[in-house]
Amino acid sequence: MSLFDKHREHLAGLLVGGIGAFAVLEGQSYGIGTLTAMGSGFFPVALGAGMIALGILMAAVPAAPAAHLPGHGPSRLDWRGGLSIAAAVVLFILLANRAGLAPAIFACVFTAALGTRQTTLREAALLALGVTVFGVLLFAYGLKVPFPIIAGVYA
Amino acid sequence: MESSLAGLAHGFQVALDWHNLIWCFVGVFVGNMVGVLPGMGVLSTISILLPLTFSMQPVAALLMLSGIYYGAQYGGAICSILLNLPCHPPHAVTCLDGYPMTKSGRGGVALGITMLAAVIGAAFGIMQMMVLAPYIASIAFKFGPPEICALMLLGLLAGSTLAKGSPIKGVSMTLLGILLSLVGTDINTGNERFTFGILEMSDGLELVAVSLGLFGIAEFLKSMNGLVPNARTDMQLGFRDLRPSRRDLRQGIPPILRGTVVGSLCSLIPGTGPTIASFIAYALEKKISRHPERFGHGAIEGVASPEASTHSAVQGDFIPTMSLGIPGDAVMALLLGALMIHGIQPGPRLIVEQPDIFWGLIASFWIGNIILVVLNVPMIGIWVKLLQVPYRFLYPTALFFVCIGVYATRNEMFDVGAVLLFGGFGYLLLKLGFEPAPILLGFVLGPRLEENFRRSLLLSRGSLETFIDRPIAAVFVGISVLLVAAQIVAALRRSRAPIRIPEEAFD
Repeated sequence: MSLFDKHREHLAGLLVGGIGAFAVLEGQSYGIGTLTAMGSGFFPVALGAGMIALGILMAAVPAAPAAHLPGHGPSRLDWRGGLSIAAAVVLFILLANRAGLAPAIFACVFTAALGTRQTTLREAALLALGVTVFGVLLFAYGLKVPFPIIAGVYA
Repeated sequence: MESSLAGLAHGFQVALDWHNLIWCFVGVFVGNMVGVLPGMGVLSTISILLPLTFSMQPVAALLMLSGIYYGAQYGGAICSILLNLPCHPPHAVTCLDGYPMTKSGRGGVALGITMLAAVIGAAFGIMQMMVLAPYIASIAFKFGPPEICALMLLGLLAGSTLAKGSPIKGVSMTLLGILLSLVGTDINTGNERFTFGILEMSDGLELVAVSLGLFGIAEFLKSMNGLVPNARTDMQLGFRDLRPSRRDLRQGIPPILRGTVVGSLCSLIPGTGPTIASFIAYALEKKISRHPERFGHGAIEGVASPEASTHSAVQGDFIPTMSLGIPGDAVMALLLGALMIHGIQPGPRLIVEQPDIFWGLIASFWIGNIILVVLNVPMIGIWVKLLQVPYRFLYPTALFFVCIGVYATRNEMFDVGAVLLFGGFGYLLLKLGFEPAPILLGFVLGPRLEENFRRSLLLSRGSLETFIDRPIAAVFVGISVLLVAAQIVAALRRSRAPIRIPEEAFD
């Protein structure tokens, strides 16, 4: 059992409690008001307080065995997958306006496909090509998304 | 009853309009496909297609998005029975006896009985909705802000504690969802909340960005290297293989009827959706059987009953959503969000003020289920082929649809970045053992909850007793308290006794 697994419930409590604390601090500055005339801060502060309480409860009470759902563990993070998905989305954001829809789709699908070892470069390229053709037809011609297809070459 | 029939007649006029009919077909077809494709979920599919519906008529949009939900139930059963893959939670329990039937060469019969169960279950669920939804709405008509507020409290608590996972974590996710819904300009005071000076956030977070991040990207991350490689099936199934024998029918029909009743009862309790219904139905069947040892080895009752209960619960799921405006689970929250994006105010007035939507939806359920049977029974061979599409080709394609879909919501690249952030956050939540579904419940109900809470206390001049003094509100608050108490008792017991639900049931 890794360190992460061992302290999973503590980390979960910390996350929820931390978000709650932030909501309380930030919410206070919006003005809490009174029960009759609530300010904008009332709800955030109340929610934040609730989250702090739940966070403490989570960290303090050992999780029931049912809470350890399979499919959520083992807690090994999937770095390859995570980076490829993140890179794919970032590439889409960077390319769609500047380089055009076709390069953006190709880069996005190609990068994402490489997130698993089972997919070869060739397969990723073919898949990306197929989705690009389909995507351009559907979104550029069908739904008229406001991107050039290939910037500077073909609008 | 008579007004129901008149309403239904009106609904058929709406649903048979060719424009709506086509979108209903698209919805159930896509749903069926998503159900069959291992690794694709209903929530992410509805979120992906949500932006495409913004330019559609609200009726057509709702018919299509709902079609995805119940259509996926038909496909999900195929996946469970033939491949033993519990991709769709409501059908996880069908694996237990469905797959052994496949191994002994009776997979076709299992699918045939599933179709029968689907039709009977769905028909009952729809009729229940036709009768109950207008009735519930007519009662809820008189609710003032305190009642609405108390009812939402009950709905949110039930939705977050009765579903899978730890109740404490569920409730904290609901609170987080409400908190996320507050981002943007406060309509009561004009103050900006949690926007950090970012212009794009002053209108609040986009529903599509939140749900695609939490259910789309987080799902890809979870499954892309975690899903079992596709099991092979070289089964050739045709129309004839599906036909159950007289003996199968005699064995299968009573469980179907029992499952239907279980499902329709479950759908009336907020938070207990189709998944829980199917487990209860299976457990019941096993309990009353004279040969419980047959279960797990291909007992036809173990397929018939949970499938019927799933389908009747799926249709019944729409009852609180359409009659009260309070969704029981994340899928319903998303559909409700879609209606609100189209400018339709959910709540008890919906049935009277938007008869096209309510009765059109019900009529489309009848039509959609018939289309699904036609799609599945003669074309079963095609769906079996689709089972072979590997997930590693699906998720990159879906990711592209996520990017472009969330962009198209309001032509804002900012939202694509937000989706990535929500995806990473959702993945972290999964790793920490949270179930992100209640976030969506809180996110959709949050603004209405705050507004009604404010109004209640304004009317009562700041006295919280208004929630106990008014009898109907008090009943809702009372049930909520009972619900929490029951959870605490259950948690105390669980710490002593081991759990009973088989683990593979979840995902």
